[in-house]
Amino acid sequence: MIKFVLMVNQQGQTRLSKYYEPVELSKRAALEAVAVRCCLSRGKHQCSFVEYKDFKLVYRQYAALYVVVGVSDSENELSIYELIQNFVEVLDKYFSRVVSSSVLKIFRWLQDISNCLFLSVRRVNWMYPL
Amino acid sequence: MSPSVPLQEMIRAIRSARTQCEERGVIQRECAAIRAQFRQTDNGGRSHNLAKLLYVHMLGYPAHFGQMECVRMIASPRYSEKRVGYLGAMMLLDEKQDASLLITNSIKNDLSHSNQYVQSLALCTLACMGSAEMCRDLAPEIDRLLRSSNSYIKKKAALCAVHIVRKVHDLGELFVPSARSLLSEKNHGVLHGAVVLITELCERSPETLERFRKTVPDLVQIMKGLVISGYSPDHDVAGVSDPFLQVRILRLLRILGRNNEAASDAMNDLLAQVATNTDSTKTVGNAVLYETVLTVLDIKSESGLRVLAVNILGRFLLNNDRNIRYIAMTSLQKIVSTDHNAVQRHRGTIVDCLKDQDASVKRRALELSLALVSASNIRSMMKELLIFLSSCPPELRAQAASGIFNAAERYAPSKRWHIDTILHVLTTAGGDVRDETVPNLIQLITNTSELHCYTVHKLYRALLTDISQQPLVQVACWCIGEYGDLLLKGECQETEAVQVTEDDVLDALEIVLQSHMSTPTTRGFALTATMKLSTRITDNVDRIRSIVSIYGSCIDVELQQRAVEYNALFKKYDHMRAAVLERMPVIQKNSLGQTNGELSEEPMKESQPGKVKQEETALPPQPAGQVVDLLDLLGGSQEPLQPGSSVGGSASTQLTAAPTSAGGDLLDLLGGFEPTPLAPAPTVTVYEKNGVTLTLSCEQQSESGLTVTLTASNSTDSDISGFTLQAAVPKSVQLQMRAPSRDSLPAHGGAKLTQLVVLNNPNKVNLKMRIRVSYTCQGSVVQDMVQVDSFPGL
Repeated sequence: MIKFVLMVNQQGQTRLSKYYEPVELSKRAALEAVAVRCCLSRGKHQCSFVEYKDFKLVYRQYAALYVVVGVSDSENELSIYELIQNFVEVLDKYFSRVVSSSVLKIFRWLQDISNCLFLSVRRVNWMYPL
Repeated sequence: MSPSVPLQEMIRAIRSARTQCEERGVIQRECAAIRAQFRQTDNGGRSHNLAKLLYVHMLGYPAHFGQMECVRMIASPRYSEKRVGYLGAMMLLDEKQDASLLITNSIKNDLSHSNQYVQSLALCTLACMGSAEMCRDLAPEIDRLLRSSNSYIKKKAALCAVHIVRKVHDLGELFVPSARSLLSEKNHGVLHGAVVLITELCERSPETLERFRKTVPDLVQIMKGLVISGYSPDHDVAGVSDPFLQVRILRLLRILGRNNEAASDAMNDLLAQVATNTDSTKTVGNAVLYETVLTVLDIKSESGLRVLAVNILGRFLLNNDRNIRYIAMTSLQKIVSTDHNAVQRHRGTIVDCLKDQDASVKRRALELSLALVSASNIRSMMKELLIFLSSCPPELRAQAASGIFNAAERYAPSKRWHIDTILHVLTTAGGDVRDETVPNLIQLITNTSELHCYTVHKLYRALLTDISQQPLVQVACWCIGEYGDLLLKGECQETEAVQVTEDDVLDALEIVLQSHMSTPTTRGFALTATMKLSTRITDNVDRIRSIVSIYGSCIDVELQQRAVEYNALFKKYDHMRAAVLERMPVIQKNSLGQTNGELSEEPMKESQPGKVKQEETALPPQPAGQVVDLLDLLGGSQEPLQPGSSVGGSASTQLTAAPTSAGGDLLDLLGGFEPTPLAPAPTVTVYEKNGVTLTLSCEQQSESGLTVTLTASNSTDSDISGFTLQAAVPKSVQLQMRAPSRDSLPAHGGAKLTQLVVLNNPNKVNLKMRIRVSYTCQGSVVQDMVQVDSFPGL
C-alpha cells in the first residue's frame, strides 16, 4: 500500500506531498526530513530502495527533482518504481516539460493528478479535461 | 488590507526568501490576507485564496482556519469552487477534525449529482479522508454506484469501496457481490479497481477468501488476455501491456492460491506462460516477473515451476541493475531455508555481491552467504567472509562476526582452523563481538590440548601488536596465564617460536594491567594470569608478588579483592599455591550454558557450600587434571590438614572461600561432581542441583555384571515433567537401560523415579559412567551432565 508521495528538490524542499494515511502535521515535517535525507545522501551506485523503519522508500531522481514514494513492506518495489516513471511521463505529456519550478506552478493540478494516479494506479483516461 | 496576489506570485515570493525567517514573514503576511478574504462572505477569488492556503499548508505551516472555508466551498454550486473545496478537504480535514462531519451531507448530495465529475470529486474525497461514521453512512450509496453504467464512476467507486473496507471491516460483506460482477468488465481501470477491492476483501476475512476462490479461472483468463494480446496503445508501458494490472492480478492469485491445491493447479500453466513470455530487458518486464516469482514461491506449485522461479531469480542476480539484484537477494533470502539446493547454485554470484558498493545489497548478501554456508564450502566461504569483515561498514560488523562464529562452530574442518578463524575475527573486529565469545573460545582452546603451544604463541604475538580489542586481550591473558610455561619453553612445532623471557611476558601483562584502554574485566584477567604464572616461572616470583600487592589497594573492588586473596595465597597458604594454580581441567561444553558469565565465582560459592560439606565427610585423594569440580581439588588438598569429619566442615568452608576465588578463575565448572563414597550407605548422590537429586547405588551381580540403580527426586515447589536419563560408559563395557518407573517428578518429593541400568564389564576396566539428565521445569528445559568415576560398593 502506498503511504505517501513526496517530490523534493535538490535542497530538500518539498514541492509536493501527498499522504494516503493520516499523519499529523507536526510529524509530517520530521518524516519528510528523514525520508528525504535518506534518499538525497545516496550515491549514484546505490539501490533505489531503502528500508526505513517499518516501510520502504522507493525513490527516483529526475535531474533536480526527486520523487519519493513510501510503501508498505508487502508491495512490489519494482512496480512502484515503474509507477513513478509513469507518473512523471504523464506530467510530461500534460505539461510538456517537468522541471522543479514548473512543479510549483502546476501545484494545484498536481494534486488532482496524483489523486487519480496513485489511488487507481492506472494511466489511461485520467486525462479528462481538468 | 493588502491586495491578494495570485498563486504564482506568492510561490515566487516564498522561493526568493533567503532565510527561514524571511519565508515565515512572507507566509504570515499571506495568511493574514487570506484570513481577511475569508471573512468576506462573497468573494470571486475564493478558490485562489484556498489554493494559496493549501500550498502554505503543504510547506508545513498551520492552515486550520481554512477548514470552514473548505466546507463552504464544497457546498457552492460552482464547479471550480467545489473542486478546490474538495481538494482542501482532502488535505486539511481528517477524521480528527470536527469539521469533517459537516461535509458528509455535501458528499451525499454530490454522490447523486448529475455531473460525473462532481460525483468523482465526492468519491475521491470520501476515499481520501472518510471517517468510520461517514463510511457507514455512505456505503450503500457507493454500492449503488458500483453498479452504475458509467465506467469512470465505477472505477472511482471501487477505490472508494477499498477505503471503506479498510476503515470499517464489517462493511466488506456489502461489496462482495458487486465486486464479483466487476470482474467481467473490459475497462482496465475498473478491472484494476475491482482487483484491488477483492484483494482487500480476501485479506480481511477468510470466508470471503473461500468465496472468491471460484474466481480464479476468471482471473487466469484476464491475465492470459493481457499477456498474449498484441500492442494496445492505451495500456502499453515499454512493451508490456498494463503491467500494473498484471502485477495486481498476480498478487491476488497469490493470496487465493496460498495453501490451496486446487487453486494452485489452476494457475500453474498461466504462471509458466507469464514467466516465459514476459520480456525481461526492461524494468517493467522484470517487475512482472518478480511478482510471478513471488507468487510461484508462495502457492503450492509443482517443482518444475519452482525451479523456473529460482532460475529467474538467478538471472536477476546477474543483471546490471542494482535494484534488480537487491530484490533478487531479498527473495532468495525467503526461500533459502526451503529450496536450499536451488539457491546454492547461485552462491558464487551472491558472494560477489558482498563486494558491491551499496549498503543494502551488502547486507542482503551477508545474510544470504551466512545462510548458504555448509560443510562442503566452509573454507572458501570463510575466506570471503573474512575479507568482507575487514572492509565492511560498521553497522554490519557485529552481525558478520557472530554469523562467522556460528558457521565456524558448526562446520569447522579442523580445530586449528577454527582457532585461527576466531583469532582472525578478534583481531579485525574484536570490539563488535558478543560477550560469550570469550568463554566459548577459552573452552575451545582447553579442549584442543595439542594446540596449546601454537595458540599461546599466536596470542602472545597478537597481544604485543595491539591491546585495544578487549575480547582478544582477555583470551590472550588467560592463555598466557595457563600455558605460560609452553610460551617460555620457546619451541613449537606448528609455528615459528619467539624467544620469550619471563620478563617479557610479565611486561606484556603489566602493560595490559596499566593501560587505560583495558576494562576492569580485562584487568581481572591479567591479574589472575600474572598470579598463575607464579607457579609456571621460576625467577621472577618476587616481581609477581609486588605486582599483586600493589593492586591490594586498588580502587576497583573486584581487583582489590583478588589481589588481597592472592596475597594471602602467597603469605599464609604458600604450600597450597602450586595445587591451587594448577592447569585448569578441560571444561565440559554443557556447563557453559549454565554459567552466569565469565567471572562469577560468588554464585558458585553460594550453591556449593552444601556440596562442600558433603565432600568434607570423605575426602578421597583426587589426582589433578581429572574432570571434576575445582572444589574437589581443594577438598583433596585439605586432606593432610584435617581428617574427614564433620568438624572439619565449618573450617574447611572458610578455607574454600579464599582459594575458590583464587583458583576457580573464570568459568563456573560442572554442575555435577564426584560422588563421595559414604562408607555406611551404598547409595551415593551423584547430582544435586536446583532441587533435583539423583542418587546411585550399585550391586555386583556376577563376575563382570553390575546393576546400577538411579533414583531421582524433586524437592522444589513445582512439578517436573519429561524427566529422562541417558548414560554412557567406556567402550568395552556393555550397557542396558531398563525403562524408568515414571517420567515426572511431583513437587516436594512426592514420588521418586527409579531406573535400572545393567552393566557388563568383562574386561574389568576402570568403570566410569557419564549420565545426562534432562527435564522440563516450569516450562523451561534443563539439561545437565554428570560423570561418575567411582562406584560405591565396588
